[in-house]
Amino acid sequence: MTDQSKISVKNLNFYYSKHQVIKNLSLEVKANEILSVFGPANSGTTTLLRTMNRMWDIIPGARMEGEVLLDGNNIYASNASTIELRRKVGIVFEIPTPLPMSIFDNVAYGPRLSGIKNKVALEEIVEKSLRMAVIWDEVKDRLHSIGSRLSGGQQQRLCIARVLALEPEVILLDRPCSGLDPVSTAKIEESLRQLKEQFTIIIVPHNVQQAGRVADRAVFLLMGDLIEEGPTAVMFANPKDKRTSDYITGRFG
Amino acid sequence: MKLKKFGERIPQSLFFLIALSALSALALITIFIFIEGVPLIAKVGFFNFIFGMKWAPSLGQYGIFPMIVGTVLVTVGAVIIGVPIALCCSIFLAEFAPRQLSMLVRPAIQLLAGIPSVVYGFWGLIFIVPAIRNYLGGPGLSILAGSIILAIMILPTVISISEVSILALPPLLKEGAFALGATHWQTIRSVLLPAAKSGILASIILGIGRAVGETMAVIMVLGNAVALPSSILDPARTLTTNIGIEMGYASGEHQQALFATGIVLLVIIMILNASAQYAIRRK
Repeated sequence: MTDQSKISVKNLNFYYSKHQVIKNLSLEVKANEILSVFGPANSGTTTLLRTMNRMWDIIPGARMEGEVLLDGNNIYASNASTIELRRKVGIVFEIPTPLPMSIFDNVAYGPRLSGIKNKVALEEIVEKSLRMAVIWDEVKDRLHSIGSRLSGGQQQRLCIARVLALEPEVILLDRPCSGLDPVSTAKIEESLRQLKEQFTIIIVPHNVQQAGRVADRAVFLLMGDLIEEGPTAVMFANPKDKRTSDYITGRFG
Repeated sequence: MKLKKFGERIPQSLFFLIALSALSALALITIFIFIEGVPLIAKVGFFNFIFGMKWAPSLGQYGIFPMIVGTVLVTVGAVIIGVPIALCCSIFLAEFAPRQLSMLVRPAIQLLAGIPSVVYGFWGLIFIVPAIRNYLGGPGLSILAGSIILAIMILPTVISISEVSILALPPLLKEGAFALGATHWQTIRSVLLPAAKSGILASIILGIGRAVGETMAVIMVLGNAVALPSSILDPARTLTTNIGIEMGYASGEHQQALFATGIVLLVIIMILNASAQYAIRRK
């Protein structure tokens, strides 16, 4: 196997109606790395993330060209299962939205859908997932109260936990910390570093600093074009493209 | 500066006065009904009025219990028949229907609300009543006939309010469930419906209110006998139809008794509307 990529994006073009948001983009994501995809608003970062687990299917007018491969298999092949894909590639959205049920049931929702009924097994998965998302200590005494009563930062970690409970291979994070205070952000970043051991993580950070802090590699997008990619340390210390350096140093964006 | 303030104040007080006139109409009608009705209830006795079995105005007997039972049975029947249909329809419109189809179905359902109730009643009398008489027995004019007509009449209320409450949910709720590997139907059942349940409950309560208050269509198909029905194929009388039938010739105490019936009706509707408001506000 020469191809070590977990996810390969090949010649991706993406349109909302006539408006093109991603322009002929190709990208390789390695297993067990944290990749950050950053850029100013409307650069196609969120859309790129969503093509990786087909979370744009329900958006009217959206259209995609090109291929996305997971472990070498085209996830848009006609015989590929969207449900199975989404269990392997979990996503955390910018705005945390707990399902209208208890904390426990929020985390157990995915495992239950995949057929796990055993109560003890579910309890184990829930505790493990909540611990991995660094929220167990805060909620262990109120697992059966409703998820939306938690604070914003707790809700987001709950949403991370419910994705972890699927035991996915890849986790996509779309600005997971944008509405959160620095303490909550630090907690989430801390849990990401631990999760890297087991998962491949692709994050759209909510600012440049976060891209620099958490990621092994970084990809800079601008208006749908891939401008530059490389190890985060290298890119941030010594950007090759002027637009990258302008953005990182805050000269625009 | 002073002139400007004055110019602001005139429309403000004008609107306030006009708004007040709508409110005072409500107050006036309520007070009038109570002034007319309460003395009779006091004279007959509250329990004799509500739980009395005999309605014979010529003998001075005013018991409305059979009509309360009639109202409850017809309404419960309408809910049992109408609500499942309405909920399926609203889920279909909100989640499954292609855009073009829902654009067509939605106004059609609104039109259902615009059909005059006398037309519903006439249609029921010509089609439903004979059908019940021929296939199920009894006189045809019956609680079942009333329930079927009311079930159709509450559809627009229940469908549009529950559809709106499903559509008003944040799209992220649906995406969240999809992202966890749920199918569309699993998402609807385990996420969207529970999240929209307060709105759906309110739509059902408002539908009940509509059914309780409907008069014309019900008069035409219910048979209007003042007796405790023993089956849903028996005729019955509701609180509204009692007023509708007898108001033409009632006078004196008899007329007061009809206003007293109106009080009971008003209280029931107020309770229903208040609980609908409560259901909407509770998150």
